[in-house]
Amino acid sequence: MIDLLPVLVPLPVLLPLIGAGLALVLSKHSRAQNIVSILILSAVMVISLIMLFGVDAHGPQVVAIGGWEPPAGIVLVADRLSSLMLVVSSLVILCVLVYALSQDANDDSNETPISVFNPSYLVLCAGVANAFLAGDLFNLYVGFEMFLVASYVLLTLGATAERIRAGVTYVVVSLVSSIIFLAAIGVIYASTGTVNIAQLSERLSELPPDVQMILHVLLLIGFGIKAAIFPLSFWLPDSYPTAPAPVTAVFAGLLTKVGIYAIIRTETLLFAESSLRVPLLIAAALTMVVGILGAIAQSEIKRIVSFILVSHIGYMLFGVALGTTVGLAAAIYYTVHHIIVQTALFLAIGMVEMRGGSTSTRSLGGLMVLSPALSIIFFIPALNLSGIPPFSGFIGKVALFAAGFSDHDWLAVTLIVAGTVTSLLTLYVIGRTFNLAFWRDPADAEEPNEELVAEFAERKKAKLAGKPWKAQIGVPGSMVAATTVVVVASIVLTVFAGPLWDLSNRAAENLQSPVSYVSTVLGGDDQ
Amino acid sequence: MTLPFIMVLAMGFLFACGIYLMLERSLTRVLLGFILLGNGVNLLIILTAGRGGPPLTDGKNLSTLGMSDPLPQALILTAIVITFAVTAFLLAMIYRSWRLVRADSLQDDTADLQVAITKMIDSEAEASTDYDDTEFGDEAESPITGAIDLDDDGKPHEREAEDEPGAATSARGTANSSGRGPEGTETEEKK
Repeated sequence: MIDLLPVLVPLPVLLPLIGAGLALVLSKHSRAQNIVSILILSAVMVISLIMLFGVDAHGPQVVAIGGWEPPAGIVLVADRLSSLMLVVSSLVILCVLVYALSQDANDDSNETPISVFNPSYLVLCAGVANAFLAGDLFNLYVGFEMFLVASYVLLTLGATAERIRAGVTYVVVSLVSSIIFLAAIGVIYASTGTVNIAQLSERLSELPPDVQMILHVLLLIGFGIKAAIFPLSFWLPDSYPTAPAPVTAVFAGLLTKVGIYAIIRTETLLFAESSLRVPLLIAAALTMVVGILGAIAQSEIKRIVSFILVSHIGYMLFGVALGTTVGLAAAIYYTVHHIIVQTALFLAIGMVEMRGGSTSTRSLGGLMVLSPALSIIFFIPALNLSGIPPFSGFIGKVALFAAGFSDHDWLAVTLIVAGTVTSLLTLYVIGRTFNLAFWRDPADAEEPNEELVAEFAERKKAKLAGKPWKAQIGVPGSMVAATTVVVVASIVLTVFAGPLWDLSNRAAENLQSPVSYVSTVLGGDDQ
Repeated sequence: MTLPFIMVLAMGFLFACGIYLMLERSLTRVLLGFILLGNGVNLLIILTAGRGGPPLTDGKNLSTLGMSDPLPQALILTAIVITFAVTAFLLAMIYRSWRLVRADSLQDDTADLQVAITKMIDSEAEASTDYDDTEFGDEAESPITGAIDLDDDGKPHEREAEDEPGAATSARGTANSSGRGPEGTETEEKK
């Protein structure tokens, strides 16, 4: 069992890449392509689960690619944090794929060319896995580029004017962040002579403090753009909402969290000594407040939730910036919660769009009556996101606030206040959205959707007459099933909050003592 | 480690020009800026190896003495390939953008504009907003599909038909009557 673990480590990267190749070859046979993609992603999920349990029991696993030993060669490292992130992301990726395929099968408009979707999606999966497993700064960059290039393709699927417009912003901003990251790698290599994260962890602390500060800030800006932290977050609500619903779901769930993951690594492994606690805390507060104020102004549900996404990145940054074990554990738990909840919400919004014809709160209405199941699927993650007990959003926020209080610091307390305000405003925005889109009579909308109004009236008539009533537009069962799985996963986070919290705590303890990571990767003989 | 001054200067120059060009609204300039910036970073990485060393062999003997660091060369190769692929993608996207809107510039976000305009109309009861979704309107080869119609008081002839008694009705009144009128009568008929 222990011997098997190192063999598994490269597979989450390797399998999707092989799958992408196969999917390209099979691009004429969409059925075979779909089966291959689903099989591969299921395999990745099972492997990640085995890895999580194995790593939790037997410690971090290190694999030197091609047999080249660490300082010179590329290493993949699976520790608790990376395998936990892998498990969550592979679950989300698999569910979104099922959703996307069934939506595609039902879409008459033939908007998404299916032959391009599957390979890019699998490359995205491989890139995300590579970023989580990278034990090498340059390999982390390659992982970033893999999923970014795949995301450029996915975001501009169909190449309509609106998507190209959004894509240009997204691509240019991502390119700038990649260039900053690459420049940081160059400068780090110039000053330390290595790009291996474990070696950097030893050597960076020996540099003069001002040089450390420059490198630290460079890396944080690069990752901050990806994670959408306040001054660097304006691209996100602009570009995400135009993409197809499943693509937005997987972007919102995963891509920003990869940025957060990279920031966690930077703060704990690379620059444990030089702390940017105060600026990071301020950025976290601004991210929360400015993001949620943006959400209040919007009327498109997709844009509202994108702004909420930006705003809630602030919570994770808050936990990371605290730098304590509890803070990190809370940030990890919150990240897991947020990946699942955001994805569930965007998948539900995709079905709202299918059912109600748009995602604008100015024209939607009456979905509660017309499609009760859909409203439940939307309602649970929505409440979860705004932090209503007993959901995981509440647990995560309580953990974060507890970590903040134990710091005995006015800035941390300010952050707690900002976090509470943001949480309440999220509840307000979500409540308003739910009222408008689900509760009110569709005829009351500013720009009423005639089909919805007619259907609503029909439904009312049928109910008064006591006749059975059948919905005109159905949402395919497999889409509902895929979303339900993600929603159930978000409830599981509440039910198994104890074990998950313990796991996050152990992962945070690992992060707090980089020595064990370093000695595992470099085989004990410190250079 | 010593560095050739002229190369460092060139790197700085590439960075400066790249950043300047990327701040432009014109997409081709952004592309050129990205290429310059990418090359600036590549130059930075190759410079981390210091001055170039002598060849490994003089034809007879093999010696690694004074050899330059090979790792940056490996890194730069990967970086060049990535930059190349992304440049190709950007070019394709810019071409597509040109095909769609006949303009080489970043487009405004209609949904953003709509949020701004809704607020404006609500607060000032502005006169009819008589412009197109994009700067290029009908010139576009294929206008934006699914864009929100910012002209919410209908087409000119519809407006006239509705405004028979008083042409001086405010824009807001017109918007409401065109938006709600038909629905209102419909529901009344049903009752």
